[in-house]
Amino acid sequence: MTAAEKYVAAAYGVFLLFVLVWVVIIAAKLSRLERETGELVQLARARALERGDG
Amino acid sequence: MSAYLGDVAALARKDLRLELRARDTLPAMALFVLATLVVFHFALPGGAGDDAAYGLLWVALVFTALLGLARAWVPEGEAGALDGLVLATSDRSAIWLGKTLATLAFLAVAELVALPAFALFFARLDGAALAGVVLASIGICAVGSLVSAMAAAARGREVLLPLLFLPLAIPLVVGGVGSSISPEPGKYLAFLALYDAVFAILSWAAFEYVVTE
Amino acid sequence: MSIAKPSLTAVAILAAVLAGVSVAMIFFVAPEDADQGLSQKIFYVHVPIALTAYACFGLGAWKALRLLLTRGERYDLESYTAIHQGTIFGALTLVTGAIWAKASWGVWWTWSSNQLVLFLVLFLFYCAYFMLRFSIEPGPRRERISAVYALFGVALIPVSFFAIRLANDFIHPTVFTREGPQMTGEMFAAFCVSWAAITLVAYVMYRTELAGKRTDLHLRELREALAP
Repeated sequence: MTAAEKYVAAAYGVFLLFVLVWVVIIAAKLSRLERETGELVQLARARALERGDG
Repeated sequence: MSAYLGDVAALARKDLRLELRARDTLPAMALFVLATLVVFHFALPGGAGDDAAYGLLWVALVFTALLGLARAWVPEGEAGALDGLVLATSDRSAIWLGKTLATLAFLAVAELVALPAFALFFARLDGAALAGVVLASIGICAVGSLVSAMAAAARGREVLLPLLFLPLAIPLVVGGVGSSISPEPGKYLAFLALYDAVFAILSWAAFEYVVTE
Repeated sequence: MSIAKPSLTAVAILAAVLAGVSVAMIFFVAPEDADQGLSQKIFYVHVPIALTAYACFGLGAWKALRLLLTRGERYDLESYTAIHQGTIFGALTLVTGAIWAKASWGVWWTWSSNQLVLFLVLFLFYCAYFMLRFSIEPGPRRERISAVYALFGVALIPVSFFAIRLANDFIHPTVFTREGPQMTGEMFAAFCVSWAAITLVAYVMYRTELAGKRTDLHLRELREALAP
């Protein structure tokens, strides 16, 4: 690879890396949201059960 | 209209009177700018020339202004006086204008110390440089009193204010340095006037949103 | 103003297709630049990223203006997300610009590239936006102060641009000049496709971030409603 090729690859690589990091962040966020929704659903089910009993 | 100007004058007078009584800010600004100039003497290498000194003068002025701006809303912060002011004035922008005029007066006094000292220690200042100082001071105070009102609403305002203010002050430093050292200062003065107009109008219009709860 | 929002999936697919097409065009259709050689290819990613950053800042300010005028709470989150996106793209502009400077002039940083200096100023300015935002208690006051600061940003962009042009006259004569747009038709086409692709990628990211942040808020509300 010539120097110019390396720099061009680096410039596009930076953008690619950014997109990948973004994917990782969004994945982490999505799994957190999934966990939190799951907890809330359980809470809601428990609440519904209580109401059914009472 | 005259009621508006009356509000502005009363607010500015209140700040000046407070300062005359407590002397919290002005002596600090004057001493700070003098000390900075002395530090610059030691920071400048021997053969650095006048141009570098003009650049440092602008650094000194911006940081001195910052010192004054950090204290600008301190009186209002105590005992919720700002909320009272916001309720009492019919047009909130009058509060901004009054504060801008008061800080401008403080900065002018500091410059009355700084500029003769600079001329004595470093290099002479011509008319264009002085015009640059006047125009840049207006911009500094117009923008500065708004961003310091923003910072006053936040935690850690002393740290925040320079971060908010310095990027906005970069164009002023460019215009100021240009008007001091350029052989054709006209365009730099015009640029400073343009900056003042743009940001004064923006700050005047936006201030209401910054202070109302 | 009642244009239906395009479906996020459709935009994402379009962005992916355009990104592929633009890479093909940049490396296989557009000819190599006569002066700069291969390193001119950085232009096709650097400039679109910079333009996208401006667009994000502009969008953030527009939403901020809507917030101040209509007091619509949702604009706060939209403005914040757009500025967040713009700041990331601004940082990318700085990085790709530094690589380009190294490739064509042999230095990682040059003060004579107006675009890079402007982005450095903007980067500082918008980093302070986040500092400001996160040191004010959430509420209408924070929304309005953030909005005012965002509006100052779009005023600062042209003013700083002029200032940097002016400063070049006395800081130093311009040594390096990046050649103006003496592009061939193919080069210009590749640039436009790349610009469209990156803008769409940014838009998809913006919408996704926004959806995530809104879901966060909704979940918090739900938790409060369900709390015993």
